[in-house]
Amino acid sequence: MRPFKTLDAKAAPLPFASVDTDQLIPARFMKRSRSEGYGQYLLYDMRLDGEGNPIQDFPLNNPARAGAEILVGRRNFGAGSSREAAVYALVDYGFRCVIAPSFGDIFASNSVNNGLLPAQVTEEDAETILSLIENSQDRAFVDLDTCEIRLANQVFRFEIEPVWRTKLLNGWDDLDLTASYADDIARYMVSDKERHPWLQEIPASI
Amino acid sequence: MLREHRPQTLFDRIWQNHVIASQSDGQQLLFIDRHLVHEGSFHGFNKLKDKNARVSRPDLTFGIVDHYAPTRIRDISKIDAAIAGMITQLEENCLANDVRIFGLNDPRQGIVHVVGPEQAITLPGATIVCGDSHTSTHGAFGAIAFGIGASEVAHVLMTQTLWQKKPKSMRVRFDGKLGPGITAKDMALAMIAAIGADGAQGHAIEYTGSAVEGLSMEGRLTLCNLSIESGARCGLIAPDMTTVNFLRHRPLAPKGDLFERAAEAWLSLRGDGDAAFERELVIDGSEIAPVVTWGISPEDALPITSAVPLPDDMTDESRAAHTREAIDYMGLRPGMPLTEIPVDRVFIGSCTNSRIEDLRAAAAVLSGRKSAVPGLVSPGSSLVKQQAEQEGLDRIFVDAGLEWVDSGCSMCVGMNGDLVPPGERCASTTNRNFKGRQGPKSRTHLMSPAMVAAAAVTGHLTDVRDLMGGRS
Repeated sequence: MRPFKTLDAKAAPLPFASVDTDQLIPARFMKRSRSEGYGQYLLYDMRLDGEGNPIQDFPLNNPARAGAEILVGRRNFGAGSSREAAVYALVDYGFRCVIAPSFGDIFASNSVNNGLLPAQVTEEDAETILSLIENSQDRAFVDLDTCEIRLANQVFRFEIEPVWRTKLLNGWDDLDLTASYADDIARYMVSDKERHPWLQEIPASI
Repeated sequence: MLREHRPQTLFDRIWQNHVIASQSDGQQLLFIDRHLVHEGSFHGFNKLKDKNARVSRPDLTFGIVDHYAPTRIRDISKIDAAIAGMITQLEENCLANDVRIFGLNDPRQGIVHVVGPEQAITLPGATIVCGDSHTSTHGAFGAIAFGIGASEVAHVLMTQTLWQKKPKSMRVRFDGKLGPGITAKDMALAMIAAIGADGAQGHAIEYTGSAVEGLSMEGRLTLCNLSIESGARCGLIAPDMTTVNFLRHRPLAPKGDLFERAAEAWLSLRGDGDAAFERELVIDGSEIAPVVTWGISPEDALPITSAVPLPDDMTDESRAAHTREAIDYMGLRPGMPLTEIPVDRVFIGSCTNSRIEDLRAAAAVLSGRKSAVPGLVSPGSSLVKQQAEQEGLDRIFVDAGLEWVDSGCSMCVGMNGDLVPPGERCASTTNRNFKGRQGPKSRTHLMSPAMVAAAAVTGHLTDVRDLMGGRS
């Protein structure tokens, strides 16, 4: 996975609360494989009308926002379904960081597993950042090392689970770490068979 | 004891039982006892293929067709090719990895969160994961059960473990006794309305109190199912005799003496009385009225006796903005009584409310009555369907004018093509009233099965207690 250290990029506003993963990627687009790309379906029903034409006043359709890599939302971003495709859609569209006051737990975890930074700020700071970028101060600098967002000569602190921060900074994949515990896993299975045989062995007949 | 013993919650105890290794940053490697996969798990299987890996514990992995399951035609050659492809892909992935599969035409097929308990794949004290957020359902048995993303699905497939940081603890106590016509669905929606759809983010909820202990397993499954809609990682309830009696003689439960030994362990599985929770919430169960959602988030929930909120009266600007957006999307008027909201169709089904007890509750209201609107009833599993038919419930639904179909996720998420048409309003027993959840531009009102049945009878949102005279 590509490490995330700093990001100097254009930001786009998404001034809605509870943008759930059903909005981020509607269920009907989830049959495709990862390699086919999900970017074109990001926020499909918010971004495009029934005929597939861009909705004029939707923030991401503003030509000035083209190429944005930072998305700024309101509370409860990414709530709902565990679909990792919601993160694929954001990443394939070009985003590397989402700033919001709170995130759905599964969404945040999926983000980290795909190198997308979920940066949690206070509701007050989210509102300030939204109004700054809506007023053309649209370039932000995100520093994961110091957990700071710099924008229009102001500095905003963000929170992230320390475990996730380390993982993003290093671009680590859990599987690499788990491989080094193979013996411990094997030992656990043997001892748990004694402790909880009903968990480790399931009747064969189904 | 040399080491001081810190009082543990039920969650702590089950978690501790599954820790294989701990990192200094607080991350812990957990063993996963049960992994459920469905059609949407193909990303996980693809990652496995990319690494030339195999499923580590196929014996602890179960494939179940639900998300794309057609509910009217079970002949896969006669359905949409892309949907058929999703089902075939799961069956092939399971077959190639020796994973047991409940395929489309298996008599035990159904929604993963209904089949798991029904077959006793779900057991107390277990860790259970699935690439589906409503995996929290299984916590009803006193298990740690949570939804995961595709990368984590791949990790569990390959290692039967997951790295996790322990969530914070929260206890929600429902005191008292529920009134007539009040169900676990109303309890859950009342809680979500109180704390918000992100109110329990980062927490594991333990449900306690007399109103919880009084619930059947079906009710407990509904309550735990909706934990995720409060933002919680998972929800769980300590096992008791209701739990043990439900599991006895189920196909994959331990047998004979082993069952008795397991049952003893399950009944002793509870938190220490003096264990501290990081958050506590107490709700008076006797005060809960039937709850419906009026907006586009499960937190937009109110007792049926109230009215659509007035955004102009709100002091919190972002709350007011959300309320306006919701009222606009739902096509409502601020201040209109909830009982004046007409419905265009109804849906009874989903992992939240499709078990036999749910169907009985809806049928009790519909019996001898006609539905004013069209609607779909999709049982949670093929076995629930069979049992409902033995009890004659299917006749009640069909005589009322509703469609009685096969089992699957169906109109909760619309992946199989069961959709609410654009602009239509659906009274639904499901779990998410998100914009477009039941189909592009669909409008969803969440409520209990009995409340959906009441809305079907009158054609508008209705307090089921007004239709219950002499019925239960």
